[in-house]
Amino acid sequence: MEQQFWKKVAPMHEVGAAVQRVDAIDKVKGTAKYTDDLCPKPCLVARVVHAQIANGWVRAIDTTEAESLPGVVAVFTFKDVPEHRFPTPGHPWSVEPAHQDVADRRLLDDRVRIYGDDIAVVVAEDNVAADRGVRSVLSHVDYEELPPMTTVAQALAPDAPVLHPEVRETNVLARSDMVTPLEGTGYDSVEEALADPRYHHYEAHTETQQVDQTHIETNVCYAYMESGRITVVSSTQIPHIVRRVCGQALGVPWGTIRVIKPYIGGGFGNKQEVLYEPLCAWLTSQLGGRVVEIELPREEVFQNTRSRHPMSFDVQCAYDDDMNIIARSCSCLSNQGGYASHGHALAANAINAFRWAYKDKVGCHTQASTVYTNIPAPGAMRAYGMPQGQFTVECMMDDIARKEGWDPIDFRLKNLMPEGYSDPFNGITNHANGFPQTLIAGREASGWDDFKARYKDETGPIRHGIGMSAFVYKTGVYPISLETSTARLVLNQDGTCQLSVGATEIGQGADTVFSQMAAETIGVPTSWVHIVSFQDTDVTPFDTGAYASRQTYVTGHAVRKTAEKFRQNILDYAYELKPEARGLTIAGGEIVDEAGEVLLGMEELAQEAFYSFRHSVHIHAEETAQVRDNTFAFGTCFVKVEVDMPLGRVKILDILNVHDSGRIINPATAEGQVHGGMAQGIGAALYEEQLIDPATGRLLNPNLLDYKIPTSMDVPDLKCLFVETDDPSGPYGNKALGEPPLMPPTPAIRNAILDATGCAFFQIPMTQQRLVAKFKEEGLI
Amino acid sequence: MYDFESIHLSTSVDDAVAALAADPEAIIISAGTDVLVQIREGRHAGCRLVSIHNLPELRGIRMCDDGTIEIGAACTFREIHEDPIVAEHLQALCMAADTPGGPQLRAVGTIGGNVCNGITSADTASSVVAYDAVMRVRGPKGDRDIPVSEWYTGPGRTSRAHDEVLVCIRFPRAGYEGFAGTYYKYGKREALEIATMGVSCLVKMDADRARIADIRLAFGVAGPYPKRAVATEDALRGLAVDEAVAAVGDLACEEMNPRTSWRASKEFRLQLIAELSRRLIRETAIKGGADA
Repeated sequence: MEQQFWKKVAPMHEVGAAVQRVDAIDKVKGTAKYTDDLCPKPCLVARVVHAQIANGWVRAIDTTEAESLPGVVAVFTFKDVPEHRFPTPGHPWSVEPAHQDVADRRLLDDRVRIYGDDIAVVVAEDNVAADRGVRSVLSHVDYEELPPMTTVAQALAPDAPVLHPEVRETNVLARSDMVTPLEGTGYDSVEEALADPRYHHYEAHTETQQVDQTHIETNVCYAYMESGRITVVSSTQIPHIVRRVCGQALGVPWGTIRVIKPYIGGGFGNKQEVLYEPLCAWLTSQLGGRVVEIELPREEVFQNTRSRHPMSFDVQCAYDDDMNIIARSCSCLSNQGGYASHGHALAANAINAFRWAYKDKVGCHTQASTVYTNIPAPGAMRAYGMPQGQFTVECMMDDIARKEGWDPIDFRLKNLMPEGYSDPFNGITNHANGFPQTLIAGREASGWDDFKARYKDETGPIRHGIGMSAFVYKTGVYPISLETSTARLVLNQDGTCQLSVGATEIGQGADTVFSQMAAETIGVPTSWVHIVSFQDTDVTPFDTGAYASRQTYVTGHAVRKTAEKFRQNILDYAYELKPEARGLTIAGGEIVDEAGEVLLGMEELAQEAFYSFRHSVHIHAEETAQVRDNTFAFGTCFVKVEVDMPLGRVKILDILNVHDSGRIINPATAEGQVHGGMAQGIGAALYEEQLIDPATGRLLNPNLLDYKIPTSMDVPDLKCLFVETDDPSGPYGNKALGEPPLMPPTPAIRNAILDATGCAFFQIPMTQQRLVAKFKEEGLI
Repeated sequence: MYDFESIHLSTSVDDAVAALAADPEAIIISAGTDVLVQIREGRHAGCRLVSIHNLPELRGIRMCDDGTIEIGAACTFREIHEDPIVAEHLQALCMAADTPGGPQLRAVGTIGGNVCNGITSADTASSVVAYDAVMRVRGPKGDRDIPVSEWYTGPGRTSRAHDEVLVCIRFPRAGYEGFAGTYYKYGKREALEIATMGVSCLVKMDADRARIADIRLAFGVAGPYPKRAVATEDALRGLAVDEAVAAVGDLACEEMNPRTSWRASKEFRLQLIAELSRRLIRETAIKGGADA
């Protein structure tokens, strides 16, 4: 694994160091506690009864037999739970009703909208009794069944049954239609520019698949009651939002819910949604406050939790002989499945990803519709709608370059988003532009030109190719949603401190980089900052959670602001102790005066502050940062492939991601973050796809045998390179890195296959069977 | 917790046979890599298990005096893959035993389970078929030998009776002597995979190192159970390697009968049968001494 840097940033002390993850030892040794490790056993086990149709109603359900089974404690159905509906996505709440998430879920429902919808729940003393109860209930259900609508086209048909008449009159959840300003371009519409015969014209239709997050720890939570309040312990990215949604779902004051978030075994967006926590909380309230656990089997994670939206795109582009993009249009259809979840935000991101990376001389017209269907409801997944649109535009860029005989890198460089670009709709601005450098550095590091020349005129059944792709990503959710975060620092007697934040460690290394940030600003070594890893909504400062690549940026601002205040509080106390001193500062964990003389150790100061008869102060700081800015992160991927055409096999020979994520807070954890994303990008390109039986709406491959994530045998050595810029809007010059690494490998692999074989693919994943069919069609085999 | 009512821990093969004979509904379990997965899926709820785990009679790989190689039914994939007798004489099986699942599965999963479950994609099964093995089972009336050609009776079905236990798989000398062997597992990824196509190819070259004296070609996932392409073998015998490579694609596709499932289409599987047959014949012939 190789890593290089191109730096435009001045060095810091703690920020920028390859500090070992603060949770590394506990996780490697297996002593780190996850939700199920903490659950007091034996406890009650709840298993959800899932409908065996995809569209229709439960007309009768008889739980008598199930209730009589040994070990079964209780069975609840849709008849027993509150009538009202609640929203589930992990968005910041809005006090404006028009901006609130769609409330379309009940805890259990008789209206079945996806195969496996939740119609009842069995609570038992153990999982065997619970499973027997579930099978018993399922044999006593009568349905009224409608044909499943698995495609957007079916759900948009004039006579299609409306899945959520209480929130929408049709199956269209939302539509958007945006045209960039055309003033001064000489055209009245983008379509007019697209039709202008002076320009070349490109058209394509792409389709992207439903991808599962495939976190290793399945969704799990348990709940119990104490003093009339409900505690929910959950594997979640968003503890404070879980509290709010549990309150909404149960119809109780939000303060009566307490949510605890231990270490979690991955989330990738699927745990940026409130899934079974409300049901678990409701069950304990019905069962005298006893501990009830819901731990989903893998099959239910696939069928009943979120995924990446399958989307299709119709795009057009007009361009001139000088490599200029003149105008583009993009129409996106997003399949929302049975529930709104994060909804249209994903399609909106997809068309932004299509639009952002390149500028149009005239303009860009983007449209998107998000449509309810009967497939398992997609929601948030790492990079949140952007990969679908980025795949589409990166197909377009390579296809045009190939057709015109242009170098794909030169063509992109000619049209790249410029520094200072500001989005005409939301104002997000390119504050620090390392985008061109990610292409230039990648071209050099990948040996692009040599590889191209070497395999220029290759023939035979096995071909080699090199491809690349570029992307733009934003950092956090402002101005679409609120960005707010609070951090707290508390001084210990030994001069170390505790740092508490509400944004969560979900494997991405947040705890480590927050510790580095606080240490940098306070002036102590990172090892002196003890991060409180578990969130507890009763004591943890508010933050909406881990998502949107926002933690280092938004929570980072809160950490910086708090650390600055904390440092000042320490120095104020130091002046009390050394009134004659001038220009005090903290460096290397010691109080130093303007001459650089060490006046006090931090421990000495802390002991005095705690135990002074004269003036005892418990030094701490707690600050809220509301972030009203956003910034673009950039990057590229370069891939070399060997394609064995008769067998439809694609071997990745070499793969390199290049990122401009501003200042890199920790190069070691950043590299790990990039590697994980690259593996997911490879999976999306070649393997991963939720397959749905159109006749029943049932998932055909809801398990890790048939849902193919790449194994370590499928992923080559992963290389990454950072182009470091100093973003003026980031707390430490940093910008998004969490999600982006997943994006560029998928289209880069597609473009490498195109380079190798001349075959352009417009549907992912590019499975062996699809490759072989295309190679046969093209007469290559 | 797994939903089974009882488990009989057999003390010997005879004890297991008696337990199975006494309970027509009992399910035999060895390492459990199939049965426990099925129980977890809700099948066999409340079942009674008869375990043959850890019976010394079912272990071991031996070369018998007459040249027959005997592999105990409870030998794990890993034991088979690492065994020097297998590596020397049963090259295709040696390769096949390194392909099921991942390292953990291969450390516990057994060849006996792999052939007793009767499924067409079982990785070691096509090599057992190619080497013309003999399945030795023990029932209430003692041992009986079943040629592998009579072992499979349908998808997921074998000629083993309910009260019989597979004791060992025997590879008579005539089945392997002089053959080079190759197994190729084609999956959608490189590990933790169920075969989209499995091909076991054995080639014995003539003394002139140009012509194929004898050949066996067995496929998994090209029909309801692992099967040899006997007519194809007949047509290829005596051909030069290039001629065999040129002819095998059409012949094998004609003889085999893969089906379309949501995992892969018939057309795609036929392409794999043709292409893999060609590549494996050449590769195995070279291993067997053919001029490259």
